[in-house]
Amino acid sequence: MSERFFPDSMPPPMADTTTLPWWQAPAEHRLVVQRCTSCQHTRLPPAPVCPECRGADADWQEVSGRGELYTYSIVHRPIAAGQELPYVVAVIALEDSGGVRILSNIVDVDVAELEVGMPVELVWEDMSPELAIPRFRPLRA
Amino acid sequence: MSRARAHIAGVGETQYTRWGKIGPVTEHALACQAIQRAVADAGLEMDDVDGLASFAEDRNEAIFIAAELGLPALRFANMVWMPGGGGGCAAVANAAMAVETGQAQVVVVYRSLCQGQFFRFGNAGRDASAPADPTPPTLQQANSIFLASMGFAMPYGLLMAAAAYALPTRRHMHLYGTTSEQLGRLAVTFREHASRNPRAVMGGRPMTLEDHQASPMIADPHRLFDCCLESDGACAVVVTSAERARDLAKQPVEILASEQGAPKGYAFGPFTNANIADALYATGGCEELAGRLWGKSGLGPGDVDVAQIYDHFTGCVLMQLEDYGFCKRGEGGPFIETGALAWKGGSLPTNTHGGSLSEAYIHGLNHVVEGVRSLRGESTSPVDDAQVCLVTSAACVPSSAILLGRR
Repeated sequence: MSERFFPDSMPPPMADTTTLPWWQAPAEHRLVVQRCTSCQHTRLPPAPVCPECRGADADWQEVSGRGELYTYSIVHRPIAAGQELPYVVAVIALEDSGGVRILSNIVDVDVAELEVGMPVELVWEDMSPELAIPRFRPLRA
Repeated sequence: MSRARAHIAGVGETQYTRWGKIGPVTEHALACQAIQRAVADAGLEMDDVDGLASFAEDRNEAIFIAAELGLPALRFANMVWMPGGGGGCAAVANAAMAVETGQAQVVVVYRSLCQGQFFRFGNAGRDASAPADPTPPTLQQANSIFLASMGFAMPYGLLMAAAAYALPTRRHMHLYGTTSEQLGRLAVTFREHASRNPRAVMGGRPMTLEDHQASPMIADPHRLFDCCLESDGACAVVVTSAERARDLAKQPVEILASEQGAPKGYAFGPFTNANIADALYATGGCEELAGRLWGKSGLGPGDVDVAQIYDHFTGCVLMQLEDYGFCKRGEGGPFIETGALAWKGGSLPTNTHGGSLSEAYIHGLNHVVEGVRSLRGESTSPVDDAQVCLVTSAACVPSSAILLGRR
C-alpha cells in the first residue's frame, strides 16, 4: 500500500458510464485525460461530446502527473472523521495534457510553502485495493 | 413589438433566524406565510394569484403550495434549473415572462429555507464526527450527471461551498494582489447596513475590521466573517402586469431588464469544474451576462443608484463588482477600499439590508425584496431618490440578474 494522507471515511468518488473509464485508469496508477479523436482537444471531466468539434469519439491520453499549482484553499474544517487538519484543496494545471486542469489535493506539504505557480507532482493514495486517488505534492527536485 | 414590462407589486417575508432557531414551523408553512405577506403588501387577494415560481433545490413544490394556499387555479408553475441561489433573479424573470405573455396574471416568486431542519450548507450535510463505515472505500455509482460531476470533487474533500469559492478568490489574490483586509471592509460595510435593519439576524452584532481579521479561518482565504449566514426563513415577491400594478397598494417597481445563464463550458462553476477558461476563472462568471443586461436595458454601471449583490462569500461580491463593470478587472479590492459600497457617502450603496452576510441567507431572494424596498424608499438604509437598482443572484455558478426601476 502507498502512503496514506486521508482517512477511509473520505467521501468516495462516484462515476457513471461516461466517467467510469477515467476512474478505471487510477486502479492501474495511470492518470489520463480524455482526447477527442477528431480534433485532438483534451478535456476533463469526461463528456460524451467534444465541446469544440462536437465529435463523439474519444480516447484516453496518459499524462505524467507533473504540473503547476493553479489555485488552492487551505481548509480548516473536517469533511470526514479522523481527518488531519488543515488539508489543501487545489487545482493543478497538468503538464503535457493539452492545457487540462484537475481538482485534487496537495499533500505532504508545509502549507506556508504553498504558492500559486509552484511545480507539483502526482502521488497515488491507495484508499483500498480497489480505489486509488490521485493527489499531488510539491515537486521534489 | 414592444410589450409593457411586468412589475413587482409586493414583497414580504417571515421572521429570519439563525439556522435551527425558527422553531417547529415547517418550511412550507413559512413559504405560505411569506407569500401571504407579499400578496397583502401588494394589496391583492390570494384569489388573485394564479402562478408560482421558484428556483433550483426548492423542496416546497408549487403544486403543494398552491393547494395549501387554496389558489383557485394554478396556471403557471416554474422552477429555474440553476444551482442554489443562482436562479433567484431568473425566477423573477420567468414570472415576468409568464405575465408578459399572458400565461398568468399574478405570479409569486418564493423561497423558504430552514437549514436547521434539513442540512446546513456550511458542512455540506455531512457529520464529520460520525463513525467511519468499516467497509473499504470503493468507487460508487453516480445516478445523475450532477453526482458524476461531483465525483471529481468529493474524494478530495471539496464539498463545502466555503472551500469551493475560495479557489477563484485565491487565484484573484494571486493575479491582482487582492487582500483579506479588502474582503473584510466589504463584510464590515454590510454589517453596518444590517445594524439599522430589524429583520437582520446580525443586526445587533457590530463588526470591526479587527473582528473580521480575528475570525477563525474556515477555508483560506475565507474567514468565518467572509461566509454568509446559515438561516431559517422565507420571503416572496409578487409579479404582475404594469396595468394591474398601477392601481395597487404600493408604488410598483418595474423589471427593466433581466438575464440568466452561464458562459461556455461553465457547468457548476469552480465547485466541480477545474477547466473553466483561464480568463473566466478568477471572475464571478457574470461578465457576459452583465454585458447583455446593460445592452438590452440601455443602461450602464454608472446608472445604478443602489445594488443588492449576491454575497455568499465576500470574494464573490468583489469579483461581481468587476464583472458588472463598476470597476476594472482586478481593481475590486481598491474599489472597496474607497468606501464605494457604503450606504452613506458610497458611490454604489450595496446590500442596504445587510445581505446574506448579515441579514439572512434566503438564497438571495431577500436581495430582490430589498431591491424593491430601496426603490420605494422603504429600506432601513435608504438611498435618496434611488431610481435604478441592480439585483444579482449568485456568482461563480450559473447566475442571473435583474435591473429594477422606479418611474
